[in-house]
Order: sequence, then C-alpha cells, then structure tokens
Amino acid sequence: MKMTGAKILIESLRKEKVEVMFGYPGGVLLPLFDVLYDSPIKFILTRHEQGAAHAADGYARATGKVGVCIATSGPGATNLVTGIATAYMDSVPMVAITGQVKTHLIGNDAFQEADVTGITRPITKHNYLVKDVKDLAKIIKEAFHIAATGRPGPVLIDLPVDVQMQETKYQYPKEVSIRSYKPTYRGHPGQIKRAAKLIETSKRPVLYTGGGIIISGAHKELKILAEKCKIPVTTTLLGLGGFPETNKLSLGMLGMHGTVYANHSIMESDLIIAVGARFDDRVTGRIDAFAPEAKVIHIDIDPTSLSKNIRVDIPIVGDARMILSELVQRIRKAPETAAWLKRIGEWKKRSPLFYKRDNKLRPQYVVEMIHEVTKGKAIIATEVGQNQMWAAQHYIYTTPRTFISSGGLGTMGYGFPAAIGVQLGKPKAIVFDVAGDGSIQMNIQELTTAVVNKLPVKIAILNNGYLGMVRQWQELFYKKRYAHTTLEGNPDFVKVAEAYGAVGIRVKKKADVKSALKKALKIKGPVVLDFIVEGEENVFPMVPAGEAINRMIGGMA
Amino acid sequence: MKYTLSVLVENKSGVLAHVAGLFSARGFNIDSLAVGETEDPSISRMTIVGEGDERTMDQVKKQLNKLIDVIKIYDLSRIQFIDRELMLIRVVITPKDRERVIDIVDSVRGASVADVGDQTLTVEATGDQTMVHALIELLRPFGIKEIVRTGKIAMAINNKK
Repeated sequence: MKMTGAKILIESLRKEKVEVMFGYPGGVLLPLFDVLYDSPIKFILTRHEQGAAHAADGYARATGKVGVCIATSGPGATNLVTGIATAYMDSVPMVAITGQVKTHLIGNDAFQEADVTGITRPITKHNYLVKDVKDLAKIIKEAFHIAATGRPGPVLIDLPVDVQMQETKYQYPKEVSIRSYKPTYRGHPGQIKRAAKLIETSKRPVLYTGGGIIISGAHKELKILAEKCKIPVTTTLLGLGGFPETNKLSLGMLGMHGTVYANHSIMESDLIIAVGARFDDRVTGRIDAFAPEAKVIHIDIDPTSLSKNIRVDIPIVGDARMILSELVQRIRKAPETAAWLKRIGEWKKRSPLFYKRDNKLRPQYVVEMIHEVTKGKAIIATEVGQNQMWAAQHYIYTTPRTFISSGGLGTMGYGFPAAIGVQLGKPKAIVFDVAGDGSIQMNIQELTTAVVNKLPVKIAILNNGYLGMVRQWQELFYKKRYAHTTLEGNPDFVKVAEAYGAVGIRVKKKADVKSALKKALKIKGPVVLDFIVEGEENVFPMVPAGEAINRMIGGMA
Repeated sequence: MKYTLSVLVENKSGVLAHVAGLFSARGFNIDSLAVGETEDPSISRMTIVGEGDERTMDQVKKQLNKLIDVIKIYDLSRIQFIDRELMLIRVVITPKDRERVIDIVDSVRGASVADVGDQTLTVEATGDQTMVHALIELLRPFGIKEIVRTGKIAMAINNKK
C-alpha cells in the first residue's frame, strides 16, 4: 500500500508504541499535523519548543521509554537545541523530529531554514536528514533503536516538507541491523573475575554509582552486591534513587555538594567500584588529589567513559545489570569491611547533613516537608542551582526514576516541563517540581500546558529573590559583590498562577509549610507554591572549585 | 607522539563533518586527513594523522568508534604499513639554478618535474613521509614559493600474501 511520508512517520511511531508526543506545529509540518489530526497518539502542545524537548526528556526518565518531541524548521528546531543537549549529557533516550524546508531549497537560506543536522551533530547520538521517502521507515526504526540501546541518547530526524508529501510503499522493518553500531552488553568474563578478586581482598571499598544503574535497571543487583559484601554505596546526582538512602550502607550523594562522609569515604578508600558513573568534575574535584590510595574498577557501557578522567585498573565495558549480577556470583568471600564501616559510621555521626533548625522558613525544611507529606512517594523534578542541590540532599530517595534533574548540562528551566512529561508518563504519581524563582521563569509559559491537560504537577518555588547558587559563589569568593544575581521585579507568582488558570499559594511562615503542601496535594490541577524562604541561605557542605573533595566547607555540625 | 589511523566510514554526506567536528570539539589535533572511496562504494576510508600521547590517542579511537557512521578503525601506529603522500612543490629558479634543480629532482626516486615556467619550476613527488620531507629540505635553498600536499594515505602490509 502506498502512503505519504507524513502518514509513514505516524504509522511508524505507532509501531514503536509511542503513546504521547510533545511539540509545536509550523509551516513545514502542515502535512504531518494533518495526519496527526486523526491519530490516536496523544499530542501535547507545549507553549515553547524547549518545553516540548524537556517534557519528552522527563517522560523518558520517568518511564524508561523513548521520549518523542517535534518542532518545525528553523527557530522551532533551534528552540529544541537546549533540550536535546540536556538529554545528550544525561543519556536520555529521545527521538526529536524537526520539519525542514523543501529538499530543493535546502542550503538556499530559505524562510525558516536552519542547518539542523549540522547544529545538532555534537549534541545527538546520531541524526538524519531524510532526502527520500523510501528511506523514512528504515530511518525511524534505526532512530528508536539507537536512542534506546547502548548508552541511550537523543536522535534527531530532520524531515523536509516535500518528503512528508511524497508517496511510497510502506513496510515497517521488523529488525535493525547497523553494521557500525553493536553495543557491548556482556562484560568480559576475565575482567569480571579480576574485579571479584580485587573486591575480596579490599579493606576499604566504596561503590560509586551513577545514572547507569537507573538506566540499566541494576538497582536490585546493586543492593545484592552491596549487602553481600557489606560495601558502602555513594551515588552521583543522577544516581539518586538507584540505592535506597534508608539503607545503612548508603552514603548519600558525593561530590561538590555531597555528604562529608561520602567524600571522606572516597578519599580514604582502597577500592572504588564505579558503576554507570563517569568521574565528572563535580564528583572528583581536584583530579590529581582524588582518592590517592584507591584502585579503580570501572563498569560502564560507554568505552569513552573509561580512563577518560582518571586512571582505571580494571575497566569493564557493558551493561551494569548484567555485569553486577555476574560479579556477585564470582565473589566467593565478602571482604572484611567491619572496621571500615565503623570508621564511616563515626563520620556519619560527626558530620551529618544539617541546616539551621530555627523558626525561620528555610528552603531545606520545605524539601523535608515535601518528603514527609508525600511519605517519600513523590517523583521530584528539579530546576538547576540551589533548589536542585537541596532537593538532592534533603529528600530521601529510595526508588529509581524518582529524581528527575538536569545533571550534565545543568539546564535552568528544565524541571517544570520535565515534570509535565513525568506526569504524563506516570499519571497516578505525585509529581513535584522543586524550583527557584530564577529557573521557574525560564519556562513558566508551560503553566498553560499543565492547566489545559489537567496535570496535577505541584511547583514548589524556593523563592529567595536571588539567582541563589551564583549569589552563593559571589558571597564566598567574590566579596559579596552580587553582580546581577538579585532578582528585582519578580512577578507575583500567585497571581501568575491564577492568570494561567492554576492555583497559587504563598507561604511566608515555617508553621504554614506543611498545611500548604497538604492543601496543594488535595487540589486536582497544577499548583504553584511560592515559599518565601531565607534569602541568603547557602548550600552546604561545599567543595570549592579546584579543591580536593575532602576539603569541604560548612560540613560540620 | 604521531599516530596514524585508518578509519572506515559510511560513504554518506555529513560523515566528514562529524569526524572533523569531533576532533575540534574535543581538542584533538589533526596533522592531515585524506578521504576517498574504497573498493566498496558504500564505504570511504579516512587516513588521519594526528599527534597526542597514549591516552589522547586512546580517547580519539574510542570517540571515533562511538560515531554511528564509523565502521572500523585500524591503528597503524601498532602495525607495519606502507604510506604515501603526493606533493606539488613550486620552486623559484634563476637560469643558473635550473640545471641543478632538475638534477636534484632526477636523483630522487618518486619525484619529477611537472611544469616549467619562466621563473618557477613545479615538482611533483610521491613517497613516504621521509622522502617528502627530504625533498622539501633539498629544494628549500632555492626558494620555495608554494607547497600543496594531499596528506598521507596508508595501507597495512599484508603478511599473509
């Protein structure tokens, strides 16, 4: 049967079991949107293409499925760029579809033309410009395959308007075979054996785990390994939820704003077992001072992550879940870690995470109360900056895919549209966006999207009147010269919420936090909670830039 | 340390941009890059000569492998190979130098006179890196006006025969 390119695209998306897509129409997408008009695929019209990309990203992180977003040529496509780069840095499976001008006009500086495959080349796992409708079905099949397998990432398909209108015989390929793309899943048995030996004889081992645990679904295997061998576990920002923080072996997050005990454990460790993490500079601090006595086992599906930042003794390329389950079987006797755990226990007792518990409304308290009133069952999306770090530190994560945050790229404006995507993927979940008064304004237009689609996302603005994280650095390292970090002229967020048709609640007193949160949870639609918090509260502990990670400030109780 | 990589890639538009972009984005240096179709028209071969320590080279190879359109990478730094480069070199000559320059060119295997002008003489040369460099040095005293080089291409030595 003959079909147009537009129809082929939508049919193929259905074959890939796409239930929802996020996007914004435009001139060169008219044929496609005409087909979409009759399609059962749920289409979420965001109010900015960046919102569509982040929503697709949030949907993907919460569900593990491929997120799909769509935008028109030129400015539509360039507006997706931040969202695609965000997904790329955090290995999020995404397929982004962009309209393109007619094939014969490409390169002519046509109206709304941009070299989108050129622009997105360094921020996609792969991209395609479809020049012939006959290639379209195969390209879509490949795109979904590449996005979701190996180390996941965004794949972009640039689709000219004339290709959408051309007809060809449609047959969706059953299988993909790309001669140059065959990710490695099984770890090298010899390497796993060597790793097991090293673990058995270690005295001060630490498991350092990242987003790879969550992506590969290795949380059970990680728990088995940690408990069998009594090895403490620290997670990266993106690894939160991969190991329950209620577990005695949990050290919480490490790095620049990690716990004192996680950072000390890493620095004094004799064996770091890194799984699905990449020794990012926010984790290692000063690299030449990092974990001087430790041997390193590094398990990652992406070979480029191995030995990129630090020297690795036993690299193992492959899937975290498969490798951990084999590793557990290979370990004959657990290492003796009693003395090590005792030492860590002392650090935990001496330097817990803390903040000043007085009568003032402090942002950390808000995060704690979100945890309390939701009984720890919420999915937390965050913006970027202080709000993100407090959300990471003071909520207790126990389940994978419950912390949704832009780690690698650090994209302000990510959290709210991502929360919209999360809510669509997990309709029954309680979804919070922990926001700052700066970040929320970067994509506040998506309030319409939440209202129109009746999505009960709760936005908790930790409103301190500053671009807080930059202000904190100015306070500590630039003599309190607050250059352009004071957010004068913030709007009245309650009125903004109301103008969009959402509910706004302002909270000025600590005593009112809990009741406001409870009230918000009872409301079926989106709610903006405007918490007027202490203005100059800082995120502690903190490793100053360029320092070793055990040289923390603000870490002692 | 200089390294030579022979990289098989899909013969599609955008692949060269992808490879070149990777080098610039990650701060790797390229000394030369030569691209051409192979015996299979769907595959191109890139011969990349670069400079970097062991760790950089390791990253270069891994990062290249990560590109979907890269099919296979041969690290020629680790095996024996034959390499050739084609060079055109234009030398300024006076009538009294002409004979000497032609003598030099005749004495070097792989070099020949491609064009003789009023005040210049153009030499073409094909050879490995040592030969190409040697020829440049031999001709330098006469005054080199212009050099055009293709960049190195290389092929592993087939021990199986």
